[in-house]
Amino acid sequence: MRITVTVDGTQYSDEVEPRTLLVHYLRETLGKVGTVIGCDTSNCGACTVHLNGQSVKSCSVLAVQADGCEITTIEGLARDGQLHPVQQAFHDNHALQCGFCTPGMIMQSIDLLADNPDPDEKAVREGLEGNLCRCTGYQNIVRAVRDAAQHMSPGAGPEAERVDGSGVREPSAIGGE
Amino acid sequence: MTATIEPEVGKARSRKEDARLITGRTRWTDNLTLPGLLHLAILRSPFAHARINSIDTSEAKTRPGVIAVYTATDLDPDGSIGLPCAWPITPDMKSPRRPVLAADTVNFAGEGVAVVVARSKAEATDALEAIEVDYEELPVVLGLENALAEGAPLVHEELGTNRNALWVFDSGEAGSGGNVEEAISGAEVVVKRRFRQQRLIPAFMEPRSCMVDPTGAQITMWSATQVPHILKTMAALTLGIPEHKLRVIAPDVGGGFGGKLAVIPEETMSLLVAQKLGKPVKWTESRSETMLAAHHGRDQVQDITIAANRDGTVTGLKVELLADMGAYLGLVGPGVPILGAFMFNAIYKIPAYHFACTTVFTNTTLTDAYRGAGRPEATFGIERIMDELAAELGMEPMELRKKNWIKHEEFPFTTVAGLTYDSGNYEAATEKAMQLFDYDGLRREQKERRDRNDPVQLGIGISTFTEMCGLAPSRVVGSLDYGAGGWEAASIRMLATGKVEVVTGASAHGQGHETAWSQIVADQLGVPFEDVEVLHGDTQSSAKGLDTYGSRSLVVGGIAVVKAAEKVVTKARTIAAHLMECSPDDLEFAQGKFTVRGTDKSTTIQDIAFSAFLAHNLPDGIEPTLDSDAVFDPENFSFPHGTHLCAAEVDTETGRVNLRSYVCVDDIGSVVNPLIVEGQVHGGLAQGIAQALFEEAVYDESGTLTTGTFADYLLPSAADLPSFTTDRTETPSTTNPLGVKGVGEAGTIASTPAVVNAVVDAVRHLGVDDIEMPCSPMRVWAAVHRGQKDAGGLGSEAGGGLGSIDASGGAQ
Ligand code: FES
Ligand code: FES
Repeated sequence: MRITVTVDGTQYSDEVEPRTLLVHYLRETLGKVGTVIGCDTSNCGACTVHLNGQSVKSCSVLAVQADGCEITTIEGLARDGQLHPVQQAFHDNHALQCGFCTPGMIMQSIDLLADNPDPDEKAVREGLEGNLCRCTGYQNIVRAVRDAAQHMSPGAGPEAERVDGSGVREPSAIGGE
Repeated sequence: MTATIEPEVGKARSRKEDARLITGRTRWTDNLTLPGLLHLAILRSPFAHARINSIDTSEAKTRPGVIAVYTATDLDPDGSIGLPCAWPITPDMKSPRRPVLAADTVNFAGEGVAVVVARSKAEATDALEAIEVDYEELPVVLGLENALAEGAPLVHEELGTNRNALWVFDSGEAGSGGNVEEAISGAEVVVKRRFRQQRLIPAFMEPRSCMVDPTGAQITMWSATQVPHILKTMAALTLGIPEHKLRVIAPDVGGGFGGKLAVIPEETMSLLVAQKLGKPVKWTESRSETMLAAHHGRDQVQDITIAANRDGTVTGLKVELLADMGAYLGLVGPGVPILGAFMFNAIYKIPAYHFACTTVFTNTTLTDAYRGAGRPEATFGIERIMDELAAELGMEPMELRKKNWIKHEEFPFTTVAGLTYDSGNYEAATEKAMQLFDYDGLRREQKERRDRNDPVQLGIGISTFTEMCGLAPSRVVGSLDYGAGGWEAASIRMLATGKVEVVTGASAHGQGHETAWSQIVADQLGVPFEDVEVLHGDTQSSAKGLDTYGSRSLVVGGIAVVKAAEKVVTKARTIAAHLMECSPDDLEFAQGKFTVRGTDKSTTIQDIAFSAFLAHNLPDGIEPTLDSDAVFDPENFSFPHGTHLCAAEVDTETGRVNLRSYVCVDDIGSVVNPLIVEGQVHGGLAQGIAQALFEEAVYDESGTLTTGTFADYLLPSAADLPSFTTDRTETPSTTNPLGVKGVGEAGTIASTPAVVNAVVDAVRHLGVDDIEMPCSPMRVWAAVHRGQKDAGGLGSEAGGGLGSIDASGGAQ
């Protein structure tokens, strides 16, 4: 089947097998390996991306279901060398160690903040229930999400990442390197 | 070029590593590819024990995309290749060959029997279905006690037993203490318990993966491993690949926790297949494969006897362990419980000690290192039995600990197990923790809840722990028959422009070495943090190394970096003195500057690096360039310690456990990066709490793993855990120049007993004296109901309610 998708602002058109999962399409066909696979039962959340502005586990979506959709991955978040506030907050709050869960965590956190711009600790914990991290014990992730909330204008969730969108935050510079 | 002013060590630097990890530019092994890459998929046995009568691969070979299908006979025709066990704990330990693929029998569910090579992973996986294996099921043996029972089925028929080895330490014989049997028979109080350490799955988030390129002058292997250097040596030894013809790269590695401290059949298989085909191949496992076939951890039965006087003074400790090795021996599997042997006596002055460990084969996935390896098991055993002893004596559990622990002024202290603890201050950590926790306030609340028969009871759990970190010293681990040294290597290269490359043998998988090592070097050389680049995880750049496990990175590898930096400074001093026409002794070195004492004449180390590179004017006998190598082999382990306190609310009607607060004060000596330390503690706590409350690998009676996915194996999510209060005391180690002790495992080691002690404490007055891990609502509920039946109902103050305790010693 032929599908046309926009991933991180670039349009792709490809022939895919009907059984191909979105995550495999992203990784193998497009080389978007920033999205990773941590399980085969849709439990870990490592593969979370945004599909038309909503977070989905890309291992539980068929590539053909994404036909005509707009997808944002971790690789499409930073703009003009500026990190997304959630990326920045993960860095600032040491919310990652090995970093394998991190792309999924960040994508899920952005969606969470879109629904609830100022979540309390409980809301963050519940909002991240579908994303597993083995390294951090979650405490700093929770802190990062709440910190990011302070640096984002309300509603500046997935909407704001739309390539054609005009949602603007005050991004901070990429740090660390 | 300005030198840094503030010291870097001790600063909460956010990490260099993060930049790539938060933007999806990470080099996981499965992200890498090569021209013409082929993919492997492995057919795994559905049976825990079966004879393989035949394997028919002919149909699979015709499937789309399939290049080849191999069985054991193809890859290892004479059956001579065996995966290494590098820790033979006794001379007569039985070491059955662990094949790359099973040939005649499979010994656990998940063991590989055939491998398909295809153009894509999907095609390889599809073709697995077309392989026909004629299995003949054999009787299965599961469970430690069953395996040792008379007439039990044998995992390895040819051994004639499921008993693998017996390792014994006795303080009477070793001369480090008295005779335990005498201590027990002469004791006023004896408490004896059996504790289970359930089987756990390390569950690093990045599944294992490896890629092999055999097409160059060297074979290059990328692997999601904790141990690229050990892997290289072991691959050379087991496959006969000349060591200089093999390069191993561990690119970014997504967690390990001991689970990637292994040399695995799949890596070996990939090497063999790549060589056979002369083409690059890659294998990446699915999560189900990880659960099934990557090694598991823990799985022990501990029989512990503690002897004491009525006043609480402990007089003897006897530990008899059974440890499940699974179907084969892992790389360091048998050594894991042995590490525990040195930690059962923990922070206590115990005059007589006996430890005996029987390692056992069963038809299960092998067990091997898992975060803490041996030390969590030991800490659990001693901290649980201390609580039971306190209950038997009617003593406050913290008072019992204080009565027996090593006092601050008694360090260095040689323990009954023969280790010398260099430094520690249990009093300080405990006092701080008790304050942060509001220990007395919570005890008051606990009493109120008991008095009013509140359906939700409160329990307070204590774990005052120590551990041994920094594996090395080589000569000591050698005396325990460990098959490698424990040193670590580092190189520092000051480049022409004054920038610095640091090469470390301790390759990381999430611990933040790049940041911490940069901080160390920035201080040592007086260069900006940003000017340091840390290289690791590639046996070509870091030719020597012994990798990362057992909280050894900083304590051994970090100190190697310090040693290398000292050598660089010494060489730079000689050159500076030559250029400034003074004696090296006249030069002061601070913040990257050599200053002639008493003058304002100075030069920077960066300038010296450039001069050393130009080499136009060097002192006689000094080689051009400014760099150095160092290898550090410490003289002792290091011994972090701490006090962990947990308040747990237990709903006696539903069995639900709610962690109300968790406070820990760890003493890990000096701290390089408090941010990284805090993160490590959090993660460790989560893992230890998970053992106490959630996780368990379960096999059904046929040997099928019933917890084979993240849907069944309860890795806690953010919603399952509380926030922790963490703090520190700092008692520097006296055996290394930074005073560091190691932190990677502390949280895991200490938290499991703290939580279980809290849960038991909450319902002890209801006649409960133990709850098996994980303390699931069902188990807690059942224990409460059993206890009430035994002790006469809710609210009865049954003085500890020691329903099933064997307190046979009693008063003499
Ligand atoms: S890989 Fe998609 S949820 Fe685990
Ligand atoms: S940072 Fe390692 S799994 Fe989350």
